[in-house]
Amino acid sequence: MLDFIVRRLIAIVPVLTVVAVFVFLMLRLTPGDPAAVIAGDNATSDQIDDIRAKLGLNEPLWTQFAIWISSILQGDFGESYFFKKTVAELIAQRVEPTLALATCTLIFAVSVSVPVGVLAAYRQGSMFDRVVMGFSVLGFSVPGFVIGYCLIYVFAIELGWLPVQGYTRIGVNFWGFLERMVLPSLTLSVGFIALISRITRASVLEVLNEDYIRTARAKGLSNRVVLMRHALRNAAVPILTVIGLGIAILIGGAVITESVFGLPGLGRLTVEAVLSRDFPTIQTVILMFSVVYVVINLLIDISYTLFDPRIRY
Amino acid sequence: MFVFRKSFATLAAAASAVGLLGAVPAGAQTVSVVMHSDLKILDPIWTTAYIVRNHGYLVWDTLFAMDDKLEVKPQMVDKYDVSVDKLTYTFTLRDGLEWHDGKPVTAEDCIASIKRWGAKDSMGQLLLTRVAEFTKVNDKTFAMKLKEPYGLVLQSLGKPSSNVPFMMPARVAATDPNTQIKAEDVIGSGPFIFKRDEWKPGEKTVYVKNPKYKPRSEPVSGMAGGKVVKVDRIEWKVLGDHQTAVNALLNAEIDMIESPPHDLLPVLAKDKNVKLFNYNPLGLQYTFRFNVLHKPFDNPKIRQAVLYAFNQKDFLDATIGDPKWYKECKAMFVCGTPLETVKGWEDKLSSNFEKSKALLKEAGYDGTPVVLMQSTDLASLTNLAPVAKNLMEKGGFKVDMQAMDWQTLVSRRTKKDPPDKGGWNAFLTAWVAADILNPVMAGFFNAGCDKAMFGWPCDEQIQKLRDQYASETDPAKQKGFAEAVQVRVTEYPTHIHLGQWYQPFALRTSLDGAVQAPVPVFWNMTKK
Repeated sequence: MLDFIVRRLIAIVPVLTVVAVFVFLMLRLTPGDPAAVIAGDNATSDQIDDIRAKLGLNEPLWTQFAIWISSILQGDFGESYFFKKTVAELIAQRVEPTLALATCTLIFAVSVSVPVGVLAAYRQGSMFDRVVMGFSVLGFSVPGFVIGYCLIYVFAIELGWLPVQGYTRIGVNFWGFLERMVLPSLTLSVGFIALISRITRASVLEVLNEDYIRTARAKGLSNRVVLMRHALRNAAVPILTVIGLGIAILIGGAVITESVFGLPGLGRLTVEAVLSRDFPTIQTVILMFSVVYVVINLLIDISYTLFDPRIRY
Repeated sequence: MFVFRKSFATLAAAASAVGLLGAVPAGAQTVSVVMHSDLKILDPIWTTAYIVRNHGYLVWDTLFAMDDKLEVKPQMVDKYDVSVDKLTYTFTLRDGLEWHDGKPVTAEDCIASIKRWGAKDSMGQLLLTRVAEFTKVNDKTFAMKLKEPYGLVLQSLGKPSSNVPFMMPARVAATDPNTQIKAEDVIGSGPFIFKRDEWKPGEKTVYVKNPKYKPRSEPVSGMAGGKVVKVDRIEWKVLGDHQTAVNALLNAEIDMIESPPHDLLPVLAKDKNVKLFNYNPLGLQYTFRFNVLHKPFDNPKIRQAVLYAFNQKDFLDATIGDPKWYKECKAMFVCGTPLETVKGWEDKLSSNFEKSKALLKEAGYDGTPVVLMQSTDLASLTNLAPVAKNLMEKGGFKVDMQAMDWQTLVSRRTKKDPPDKGGWNAFLTAWVAADILNPVMAGFFNAGCDKAMFGWPCDEQIQKLRDQYASETDPAKQKGFAEAVQVRVTEYPTHIHLGQWYQPFALRTSLDGAVQAPVPVFWNMTKK
């Protein structure tokens, strides 16, 4: 197992190298000049040139890349072109809302979608099953921002139950935190619930046709025990895989959800950085997302061993 | 359902009671505002961005300011004196002016601040080229000696928009003008104090009332007069999405939106708890900018054809929509100002396509397509380029409209390369009226070739007239030169104004006392 983990961790290095080169080149090849953005609309060409020189943007590309990579290797992620802050500071400031949104979404989505998927499989062909499948198609098809605006209209504007926007830090006011997390998590969960419930249903259905399930039933075990102990556990590996892959959906969804609900998280930081061509911030945030994605999927791979004893690394 | 909401409110109140909600004092009057952009840069001399200028007005003060009649009045200055030969200006500061760190504002601070501003701002640069020397007379008084009489001394020091000559402590003003000042150096003598510890880019920026600020005794008037602060705290919240900001205002989660998009104004107008307030009666002007370096716009006659092909109403209808929020105005120095005139433009901007085609024929237009840059991500600009394309095509041009985001456009417009190698021929933007009040202040009139703004017009006559305007101290004669500049621009077009429009604040009715001024300001505001 340790050998497997070490190998996987080493494999992160080429992944991150490719991501780093790709992100760096993409940003430089995309039109847009951070110096022009910084200088403002009324700036003259000379003012823009001065700023460009100050930021080192006149250096050859390979020099800029070498400087960036060597800084990262020394643990220095650089300074944002706009804020007089290091990128590490900026990320530290913005990580909590995104982490909170992702956690709430994941908890909510998994706790709804897995039981629903199992039940739909158990009642295959029933009205409940059809409703779940219908919902999952809808969940995939409707864009997150549409769901977000609909929820805001109903629950914030019309009913006045919940706030439209904003974020309260969990350490400052727990209830305020919860109040502001309900709608964004719900919005982001919809697609996730659709995906997991569908996969859960398919996996459980497959397992329910296995001989050992028939044996378990013949032994007189209750439906609950059959479903939870035998069917779900054996169907867990594909479900976990989908949850792992779904982290990418979560990251992409966070960008939109944070914008719709005014959450000051990493998703919005990414959008702002892209729009203002804040190269150091974009590069670091994307590298960080890549690390998170790889590490979470490594953890998911490791967790397979808990559900399926046949899997050994 | 109601109970659910109430229970959250009760719990929140309970949490607040045990001190969990943070450090905002109980009963503090807080005005929560969504501005047009996030505040990322703190130095209003380093950038010309409007959000930084607005931040500057909260923190720093100015020696002079423009009132609602566009006259320049003393602000930090108590009295000033101009020598008979008009070469020496002596300024004496008001009593009791203090920086936020408690130190007194001195003449040295002001001299250093003018020098730093003058190194960056175009009007400041012109002023400093005419200054022979600054002299400190005493702690509160300094003199500025000119090499020759200059008609824009007070207009420069009372310039309302970017870059504004804000006064900073000398040690801060000593910062290289091309280097941003540090966050800990955001120390002004203005009516609000910047809360560095609460500044969270992407989330909020906080200012608290400066208790030691001594406002002038005169009533507030434009940017001038008494800056009396009547609330304790201003919070600029960042909500990048317009619809979310509008929802938040309707739900009373914020008090004000600085720039609600025009398509959402009807939604806001319908709510009885929200009011729209046109804070800037001079508004903004849409502008079409030529690049004179390349074909076909290197030929002034071909540029003149565009003046005939365009009309303002089409542009304004496509972007603003409701005539309540726009005005057709051919005056290049803005309708409602002392320099307002339509001279030279009487027969233009009325979509005379035949005249446009005739001019193109006369000029020998060979069908070279006009590369027109369209910005697609700013609601107030997106629809301008398609209208321009349509009108130019009707007027006989071939147009290659290229869509891009605003930041790409901002970057591309600095390129002098030919259009087929990454350059451009034309783009559209908007100017705040406060930036274009005269031919020296308005950057697009600069026809100084390489030294001009992007587009790089090159015309000795315009430059001479601008110099004459700047050197003239008699306002009547100044107006004559401004008029001559405007006429000359119809012969050698540098840019075209496409109509005046207004951007109202959207405020909760609980907010009162918003000031009519060219820049959004927060003094005089009360909250019920």
